[in-house]
Amino acid sequence: MLDSKIPAGPLAEKWSNHKFHLKLVNPANKRRFTIIVVGTGLAGASAAASLAELGYNVKAFCYQDSARRAHSIAAQGGINAAKNYQNDGDSVYRLFYDTIKGGDYRAREANVYRLAEVSVNIIDQCVAQGVPFAREYGGLLDNRSFGGAQVSRTFYARGQTGQQLLLGAYSALNRQIHAGKVEMFTRHEMLDLVTIEGQARGIITRDLETGAIESHAGHAVLLCTGGYGNVFFLSTNAMGCNVTAAWRAHKRGAFFANPCYTQIHPTCIPVTGDHQSKLTLMSESLRNDGRVWVPKTVELAQKLRKGEIKVTDIKEEDRDYFLERKYPSFGNLVPRDVASRNAKQMAEEGRGVGKTGLAVFLDFAEAISRLGEDAVRAKYGNLFDMYYQITDENPYKQPMRIYPAVHYTMGGIWVDYNLMTTIPGLYALGECNFSDHGANRLGASALMQGLADGYFVIPYTVGDYLAGLGFAPVDKNHPNFEKTRLEVEGKVKQLLSMKGSKTVDDIHKKLGHIMWEYCGMARNEEGLKKAKGLIQELRKEFWSDVTVLGENEELNLSLEKAGRVADFLELGELMVDDALNRRESCGGHFREESATEDGEAKRDDENYSYVAAWEYQGDNQPEVMHKEELIFENVKLTQRSYK
Amino acid sequence: MSGHMNLTLKVWRQKNKETRGKFVTYKADDISPDMSFLEMLDVVNEGLTRKGEDPIYFDHDCREGICGMCSLHINGRPHGPKEETTTCQLHMRSFHDGQTIVIEPWRAAAFPVIKDLAVDRSAFDRIQQAGAYVNINTGGVPDANAIPIPKDVADEAFESATCIGCGACVAACKNASAMLFVSAKISQYALVPQGQTERYSRAQAMVAQMDEEGFGSCTNTGACEAECPVGIKLTNIARMNREYFTAKFFKQEEAH
Repeated sequence: MLDSKIPAGPLAEKWSNHKFHLKLVNPANKRRFTIIVVGTGLAGASAAASLAELGYNVKAFCYQDSARRAHSIAAQGGINAAKNYQNDGDSVYRLFYDTIKGGDYRAREANVYRLAEVSVNIIDQCVAQGVPFAREYGGLLDNRSFGGAQVSRTFYARGQTGQQLLLGAYSALNRQIHAGKVEMFTRHEMLDLVTIEGQARGIITRDLETGAIESHAGHAVLLCTGGYGNVFFLSTNAMGCNVTAAWRAHKRGAFFANPCYTQIHPTCIPVTGDHQSKLTLMSESLRNDGRVWVPKTVELAQKLRKGEIKVTDIKEEDRDYFLERKYPSFGNLVPRDVASRNAKQMAEEGRGVGKTGLAVFLDFAEAISRLGEDAVRAKYGNLFDMYYQITDENPYKQPMRIYPAVHYTMGGIWVDYNLMTTIPGLYALGECNFSDHGANRLGASALMQGLADGYFVIPYTVGDYLAGLGFAPVDKNHPNFEKTRLEVEGKVKQLLSMKGSKTVDDIHKKLGHIMWEYCGMARNEEGLKKAKGLIQELRKEFWSDVTVLGENEELNLSLEKAGRVADFLELGELMVDDALNRRESCGGHFREESATEDGEAKRDDENYSYVAAWEYQGDNQPEVMHKEELIFENVKLTQRSYK
Repeated sequence: MSGHMNLTLKVWRQKNKETRGKFVTYKADDISPDMSFLEMLDVVNEGLTRKGEDPIYFDHDCREGICGMCSLHINGRPHGPKEETTTCQLHMRSFHDGQTIVIEPWRAAAFPVIKDLAVDRSAFDRIQQAGAYVNINTGGVPDANAIPIPKDVADEAFESATCIGCGACVAACKNASAMLFVSAKISQYALVPQGQTERYSRAQAMVAQMDEEGFGSCTNTGACEAECPVGIKLTNIARMNREYFTAKFFKQEEAH
C-alpha cells in the first residue's frame, strides 16, 4: 500500500534519472498554479522563494509576526555539506554513509543519498545570497568537524548558523514578496487541511490578530511546520512550536511515521523549577574538553544538594566520571543518546546535582589547568557567557551543570521520494517529515535537510504532480471548504466554551512529565502501557476541566495554546503506541527489553527494519500501522559499540 | 543567591489597535531570581487565568535571545536594565524584592500596539522587501569558494548581519528612527562582493521605504546602539549614509 516511489537504478544515479523523468510545467503555465506553503523556517522559506522564482503563485503562512522568526533561527552549530574543501577524504558517498549509519539504519538509502548529493549546492546558494559564513585568512570558507564526524564538513557562522541561513532564505522570500509572487500571511495559524476527492486543495487558517477563520485554496499544499518536541512541554523548541498543522493533516489522511523517534540532547542547562518554560541548549562541542561526573555516593550528592558542602569540597576519589568509567574508548564523547541516558540514570540513582537533583556536572577544571583559562575562553567563551547569564554561576570557577532535553523529532509525516504525503498534493518538508534522519539525527544535518527539501527537491517534484492536474483553478466554493471551515469554527467555539479549573499549561506540563518519564530516551512495555492510560485520563481532564478565556476576535493566548495542547494530547498517545510497537533499541531511544548482556542498546534488524506509518481511523479509534520495509542495497548494517 | 521576591508590576493593557490603553497594577509574589523575565510574566498570567482574568499578551518565541520576537519597555529601557540582553534572557536576579516594574510596549508611530505589550513590526519586513537581498534565483550560482572574501571583511559583514530585528533601536530613539536596523542590513551587503551589483539601488530603495513607513530621523544620540541587545554598531549608520549619498551622486538606476 505504501509506495515510496524510490527510482530504479544505481544509488548515485537515482536522483538525476528521476529528475529527467519528472514531468515539467511549461514556464507560461506555472502562473496558473497556486501553491500554499505553511511555515517559513528553512524548509518553508526556501521552498516558497524557489517556487515563486519558477513562476508559481505562492501563499506563505507563519504564526510569528515575521517570517524571519521561525525556530530555524536558533540553530547554533552548523550545516554539513560534502564539499571536501579540506581535502580530508569527504565525499557525497561518505556523507550519505555517515548519515545512514548515524540514523541507525532506519532511513531510506535513496533519500539520504540525494540529501548528501544536493548538500554541495546549498552552500553555493547561501554564499551567493550573501550569507556570511566563517572564513579563513585566505578568504575561503572555513569548516569544522562536528558531532564526532571524522572529516571537517561543517560550514558555520559563529554559533549562529541557523540565524544566518534563515535570514538568507528570508531575503529570497522577501524578494518574491516584493515581486508580487508570494503573498505572505504572518500571525496566521493553519487549523485544517481541505481535501476534495482525496486531493489536498487548500487550508483553513485563523488570523491570530483578528480571529478571522479563512479559507485558502491552492493546487498543492506544503507543510513546512517543524517538529513536535513541545509535546514534552519542556524542550529546546520555541514556545510556539507545535504539531497542529501536521496533526490536522494526519487526521485528514496523511500517515504519521515513526512518531516515537525523538532526539534528546545531553548538554542543556538544567531546569530550575516548575516555572521553567523552555530549555536552552549548549553546543555539544563542550564535551570535547569538559568531563562529566557526579558524586560517587548518594550521601555526598544529598549533602551537595542541601548546600551542606560545596562542589569543590568533593575529593577527586569521591567523583564518578561515569562516562569515562563505562565507555573507556569514547569517554565523554559518546553519542548524544548514550550521554543523555546515562545522565538520567545518575539522577534516578539519587546522585544528581543542583537544587533539583536533575543535573550532572560538566567540569572544565582539567581543561583549564591543561590549556589555560584563555584558551578555554577562546574556544567556548560565548557558551560560558550564556551559561553564566542564565544560571548566575561562573563555569570558569565551578563545574557547569547539564541535563538532557528534547531537541529534535526524527519522526513526522510520511512522505515518498517526491516528499508527497499519502494525500495527493500534500507535501511535507524539513523536520516536519520523517524521511532522512532515521532513528537519530547527526549534528549539523537538520539545516542541511530543511534547505535541501526547499531549494533543491520540491521545485522539481511538485511540478510532476501539477503537470498532471490541468489548469482549472481550485474552486473555493466547493462545499468541502465551507464544511471544513465550519468544523474549525465549531472547534474554536468548543474550546472557548470551556470554563474549568485548570489552565492549559497545567495539562501541558502533566503531559510533558508523562512523555518524559515513560516515552523519553528509555522505555519499557510496562511504563508505556501506564503512560497510555495516563494520557487518556489527562485528555478527559483537558476536555472537562480546562479553562479557556477571552473571545475569538482578538489576540488570544489561551485559545492558541488550548488548540495546540489538544493536538499534543492525541499525538502523545500515538507516540506511545509507536514506542510500544517498536520492541527494539534504536538510534535515539533505548527499549529496555532490547539490550545486550552488558546493558547497551540492541537493534533488531530482523524484525524492525521498517518505517512504521500510522493511519488515523477516527476519534478514539486505534490507528492502523502500515510498514514500509527498508531495503539496504549499498550499506552493510552494523551494531554500534562505544565501549 | 538571594531569596524569592515580591514585586509590583504596572503593565500597559490595551484591548486592540482601536481602543485606548492604560496601566494596570498587578502583584507578582514569590518570584524566584532564577526565573527569566518572561517566566515571571508566565506566572502572573497563570494566576490571572485561574481568576478568570484575561492574561497579559506579549510577543515571544524562541526564549534564547535570537528570534527577535520578544520586546518590552521595562522601567523605561527596551529589553530592561541589562546590557546586550534580550527580555527573554533577562533574569529576575536583575531586580530586587519590593521593586515596582513598569512594563510598556515599544512606543513608535510606525509600530502600532495591537494588544497589550505586542506591537505591529511589519514595517521592518516591508523595508527588507524593498531591497535587502541579492537578485539571484535558486540554482545556477558559482561554487561557494569562487567568491573569496577577506576574513576581516566577512567578519564585519557577519557582525552587521546578527541584527535580530526586534525593534529596540526604534523604541530607544527619541525620534523613533529605524536607522540602526536599516543600516545593519545595508552594511552587510555593501561590505561583501555579492552585494556590489545592486549596492546603490538597494540603499535608495530601503531608505525610501523606511521614510514611507513613518520612522523618524537620526539625530546621532546613539541611544539605539546603547540599547541594542546584540551590539549592532553606530558605524553601520555612517556607512549607510555614505551609500545613500553616493547613490544620489552617481544617479544610479531608479530604486525599484
